[in-house]
Amino acid sequence: MHIDKNILRIVRIKKTREETPSVKTLIFDDYLSHNAKPGQFLMVWIPQKEEIPLSVMISNSQGEAAITIRKKGLASTSLFNLVEGETIGIRGPYGNSFSTDPGFKHRLLIGGGTGLVPLVRLLNHTKNSDIFSTIIVGARSKSELFFIDLISHIMQDRQFELLIATDDGSIGFKGYPTELLDNIVEKDPKIDMVYTCGPELMMKGVYEIISKKTIQLEASVERYMKCGIGICSSCSINDKLVCVDGTVFNKGQISKLSEFGRFYRNKSGILDSY
Amino acid sequence: MVFDIPTKFAGIELNNPIIVASGILGLSQSIFKRLEKIGVGAIVSKSISIKPRDGYRNPTIVALGNNNWLNAVGLANPGAEAFAKEIANNSVPLFVSLVGSNVSEYIQIVEKIKNHNILGFELNLSCPHVEKMGMEIGDDPKLVSDIIRSIKTKTSKPLFVKVGIGKTDVIHIAKTAENSGADGVTAINTIRAMKIDITNRCPILENKIGGLSGIALKSIGVRCVYELYKSIKIPIIGCGGIQNYEDVIEYVMAGATAVQVGSMIGTYGINSIQRLAKDLKVYLEAKKYDSLRELIGVAHR
Ligand SMILES: Cc1cc2nc3c(=O)[nH]c(=O)nc-3n(C[C@H](O)[C@H](O)[C@H](O)COP(=O)(O)O)c2cc1C
Repeated sequence: MHIDKNILRIVRIKKTREETPSVKTLIFDDYLSHNAKPGQFLMVWIPQKEEIPLSVMISNSQGEAAITIRKKGLASTSLFNLVEGETIGIRGPYGNSFSTDPGFKHRLLIGGGTGLVPLVRLLNHTKNSDIFSTIIVGARSKSELFFIDLISHIMQDRQFELLIATDDGSIGFKGYPTELLDNIVEKDPKIDMVYTCGPELMMKGVYEIISKKTIQLEASVERYMKCGIGICSSCSINDKLVCVDGTVFNKGQISKLSEFGRFYRNKSGILDSY
Repeated sequence: MVFDIPTKFAGIELNNPIIVASGILGLSQSIFKRLEKIGVGAIVSKSISIKPRDGYRNPTIVALGNNNWLNAVGLANPGAEAFAKEIANNSVPLFVSLVGSNVSEYIQIVEKIKNHNILGFELNLSCPHVEKMGMEIGDDPKLVSDIIRSIKTKTSKPLFVKVGIGKTDVIHIAKTAENSGADGVTAINTIRAMKIDITNRCPILENKIGGLSGIALKSIGVRCVYELYKSIKIPIIGCGGIQNYEDVIEYVMAGATAVQVGSMIGTYGINSIQRLAKDLKVYLEAKKYDSLRELIGVAHR
């Protein structure tokens, strides 16, 4: 049977997992989302509250999917407060995805906060590849760090190094994850691919470091969205629509996006600066 | 890519009759350029009000299946000032859609944009889900007449009036528009509709009621264009539910000179407009028509 992914599917929260005091993962059954590619997102409706785009998180069992949110605004706080048995509506998955070309030798993944979600999905998706992976995780402080055990678990039989950067230095490197990145790419000539997801300003920093190198880059961009189907322009960056042309853009594309990391459209459509 | 199906009306010349409807990719000059490259005949901007509007909270769009959609975006738009800046160096064939609640607001918007390089204006008299704007204006023939007359004193640019299914008969409003000096009519806008989630026992749209677009609208749109063609002499732009070139031909045979497409882009993506223009061109060639004009209104015998 053909399923129209645009039609809202009502799903029941099966389990919730607290990642930090302000970050939660909600797990539900949904076949389409289970099979989502790394970088794809769902439009998630919290009945009588709001609808927001969220990257698809991995889950263990067949047919299961998940989302991970940090409580902030109305939608994310409402999601955070949901308990097992309550329902949400989802549509999608939408958007393109990270390339999983096995041709790379040494890849580096750099992300922060819930931006780790598509990166974790990418790691999980490419379990059988023997690429060496360097993973840089950024957080404000030790207490806000999450997915560390999960990443170690996914990577257990593979070659990888996991580096942590915190703003306050409470664990790992003290400073921005992009500073770590800068040090590493200067020293390690083997890195040929960088994947990133997180705050756009961080990704802009990543782009600036990588743009001077011959390393390839893919960034999964998170933008405010209304429609998710490429008609409202809310998520536009120059002539690209994040919801249908992205969420993943490569280095060549980003080099032409003068608005990337600088301007976004607010709810009314006015081009505002970050 | 240009699909040459020369289309002339109201003193305007377009490469082809496929126009992107208001509210669809209607905010960004960079995206207008992309649409032009894809081969659209023209673009109608998002409806612009005097002040910026954030619109309603999400969900603002709901899929109903079978290429039907429900939306209540709430006329989110950057406002006249910011939009005038956005299109300051406009180079694409663009109509600016206007929305407001009284004569003075419309005049102020037109004043800010009338000297820009645009084809003309489209008056949105038919948004079905925002109070005191759109449809509520369009249901009042006296107000419609006043707005059109005042805009026409400020600009000589063509003015199209977009009508819909409201409380006042669409033909009556279109005739009023023609008599007040409008250069053409766009028919139709979305129709008030609703979707309820039975699990949570609530409407899905934040605004509860929205406008229906897509396939379900087509036969109503075609009927409106057909009836309007009999009643008015100014050109008609057909809109509602168009998915393929057959639908375009149907609107043209009912009496449309050009057409607008919206929801199709949501279902099939931005490049579907290119396919539509190309298929239309191929059809006209195969049937050996010299121009689309030969088919306008042929269903009236
Ligand atoms: C998301 C969305 C936003 C719209 N916004 C506007 C608008 O601002 N002004 C307007 O006149 N029509 C607006 N419309 C109506 C369309 O221009 C068009 O009349 C309608 O969608 C029917 O055409 P379709 O079936 O091809 O979509 C909007 C439609 C959609 C789906």
